[in-house]
Amino acid sequence: MDLSSINPVFLIASLMVAATPILLAAIGEMVVEKAGVLNLGVEGMMITGAVCGFIIAVETGSPALGFVCAALGGAVLSLLFGVLTQYLMSNQVATGLGLTLFGLGLSALMGQGYVGIKAPPVPRLDLPVLSDLPVVGPILFSHDAMVYLSVALVAAVWAVLKYSRAGLILRAVGENHDAAHALGYKVIRIRLLAIMFGGACAGLGGAYLSLIRVPQWTEGMTAGAGWIALAIVVFASWKAGRVLLGAYLFGGITVLQLNLQAAGVAIPVEYLSMSPYLITILVLVIMSADRSRAALNAPGSLGRVFHATS
Amino acid sequence: MTELLAVEGLTKAYPGVVANDGVSFRVAAGEVHALLGENGAGKSTLVKMIYGLVKPDSGAMRLHGAAFEPAEPRSARAAGVAMVFQHFSLFDALDVAENIALGMESPPPMSQLAQRIRDVSDTYGLPLDPDRVVGDLSAGERQRVEIIRCLLQNPKLLIMDEPTSVLTPQEVEILFETLRKLSAEGTAILYISHKLEEIRSLCDAATILRGGEVVATCDPRAQTAAELAEMMVGSKLTPPSRAPHDQGAVVLDVAGLTLPSATPFGTSLRDISFQVHAGEVLGIGGVAGNGQDELLSALSGEARTDAGTVRLSGTPIGQLGPNARRRIAVLAAPEERLGHAAAPDMSLTENALLTGAIRQGLTARGFLNWPAARGFAEDIISRFDVRTPGPGTAARALSGGNLQKFVIGREVLQRPDLLVVNQPTWGVDAAAAAAIRQALLDLAARGTAIVVISQDLDELMEISDRFAALNEGRLSSPRPMRGLGMEEIGLLMGGAHDMEVAHADA
Repeated sequence: MDLSSINPVFLIASLMVAATPILLAAIGEMVVEKAGVLNLGVEGMMITGAVCGFIIAVETGSPALGFVCAALGGAVLSLLFGVLTQYLMSNQVATGLGLTLFGLGLSALMGQGYVGIKAPPVPRLDLPVLSDLPVVGPILFSHDAMVYLSVALVAAVWAVLKYSRAGLILRAVGENHDAAHALGYKVIRIRLLAIMFGGACAGLGGAYLSLIRVPQWTEGMTAGAGWIALAIVVFASWKAGRVLLGAYLFGGITVLQLNLQAAGVAIPVEYLSMSPYLITILVLVIMSADRSRAALNAPGSLGRVFHATS
Repeated sequence: MTELLAVEGLTKAYPGVVANDGVSFRVAAGEVHALLGENGAGKSTLVKMIYGLVKPDSGAMRLHGAAFEPAEPRSARAAGVAMVFQHFSLFDALDVAENIALGMESPPPMSQLAQRIRDVSDTYGLPLDPDRVVGDLSAGERQRVEIIRCLLQNPKLLIMDEPTSVLTPQEVEILFETLRKLSAEGTAILYISHKLEEIRSLCDAATILRGGEVVATCDPRAQTAAELAEMMVGSKLTPPSRAPHDQGAVVLDVAGLTLPSATPFGTSLRDISFQVHAGEVLGIGGVAGNGQDELLSALSGEARTDAGTVRLSGTPIGQLGPNARRRIAVLAAPEERLGHAAAPDMSLTENALLTGAIRQGLTARGFLNWPAARGFAEDIISRFDVRTPGPGTAARALSGGNLQKFVIGREVLQRPDLLVVNQPTWGVDAAAAAAIRQALLDLAARGTAIVVISQDLDELMEISDRFAALNEGRLSSPRPMRGLGMEEIGLLMGGAHDMEVAHADA
């Protein structure tokens, strides 16, 4: 075993790439949960986004168009969840689980003719001078545009939730939907918009996997990333900055265990592959240990059915 | 005086019930107009139509002489109608300024809004810090948030839905000062209540609703409270009575009970000590959210404490859970009927079984004795006059008053040595409330020690032997109810929670 073969600079650079899909999905899901809706279908929306983005990118040769269609695909699938849970009052947990299974099946069907094809390459942003800086260059200035977009999205979500009236109304709807309704806010419409935003983000995250990180299409390629995104929202206690932290932490462990495997650490590979998920569970337990503090941050109406009766 | 609001023949029907049937009344500018009626008389539906939350089936409204048909609260607010809700429409996790901004059409930037909140709260003597999180505020302070939210929009008509049910008597006085000041400035106030004395001291006119119809319009100051009550209820009420009795042995002895809160916005109990004797009713008053739920859970066994802090006839029981306490005849009926005292979607038989299984012997070797459970449920239904098709009905399908009679009756019929009830007549009509109070007094007359936790001071004055008040998780030492004045009770409940009377000249 040779730990010196692990280069910290490349480790950090590649953890950002590894974390981007779950970061995108998690920031979207956080907005959905801030509006008081628990959508467990993140995995299904991600993989639908992955296959939509891959097909469009292959057919048109334009990865950018692929990403746009991935976001659309995720949003359309989430709209199905939205109509079922918001208008037809179906149970959010069961519908979300159904959405995941449906998305996995649908994506496998859509992607049948696309297994084994390579996606058109996505150019890295090569910033003159900046990219050539030592250490900082490879870490910060030599990624593809989506990495920067995902970080910008986190900042935008943070600012909108904290400073804008739209963000205040969204938080109010998630905190107490009956009170928001009494004040005349359109609870269902606001929630539908949030659900679609979450779907679009999950779709982008999926497409990042199929177009950049892998980059090809295989069935079930999200491999639980959507579930990790859900866990990260809880880990982050519904705060945008901590979503970034959580996603990069998870990405870091994923990349580190790959590097350790390559370096030939004398632990069975299976243990290393398990480790990011085990650590996620551990962190969740530690975060939730103080019951009253965990409940303090959760949106008050999270997962509750809203009946607009009176 | 000029007419501000005219309501003509408003009708609203829901499946199975006509909430409002041809309701008409008029409110003049600057008038304090009472809407008086029992729970279920249609007061809330009526004001929701005025506020644009509910669309009337027929009828018309005029504001300032022009047709007024608010499609949503937004347009009602734009026309100068503001409303303070009965169950506060506030967001616990947001701060005061954010809550107020949510209730305004076009709020100024947050920094200016905070200044305006301070200005209005100074003018009307309602101190409020814009930066505090609403979940940490007392009930009286939360109401101030709602009122200031309304005042910032310079309303012409302010609707207040049962505003005093969560206030101490001192806070009620201060609220009335604020309302009188508003009325003097020309704002009309539509004041909903079933508290007769309040209406007599505050209001210029009253419209009395019963079963969704207007039964009378009168000047409340020219009527006695008994006359108003008769118009509201439709028949004479007999107050509960009890036979004189001697004080028995100590049944419940609570000493130094301290219990940290289990939820983020709950109240921790601090060093609570009291005794209850056999045949005695101890009334525990206090504004909502001062530890009532926590005290009930500590006495029922839902929250366990050190064994010695709760004793039954000398035996430590603090460590026992609810079923172990039922076995030794310690029973409880919590406040929330649907979800805590009863499982909403289960039948009355099943609900009777849930708490009665142990003391009524409704199970044998792990199997349920359905005939016996049905018999127990039928017994409760007939002895407590629960109006329902039968014991197979789901708890959810009963009206509030009937379900409350069932829930209280279920515990009373199990012959408790100690019964703890929280808000036994909350949201219950006057006749059912009188029946429940009488049942509690009859039970005490047979030697049961009873703890009644309630926010309704009139109720506590009617049935308690001794009175203590909960304030921020602390309990005052119990005092004999007889001879205790409203003023003293209010001070025990925490007084005015640092409010000041509206500056009369400001």
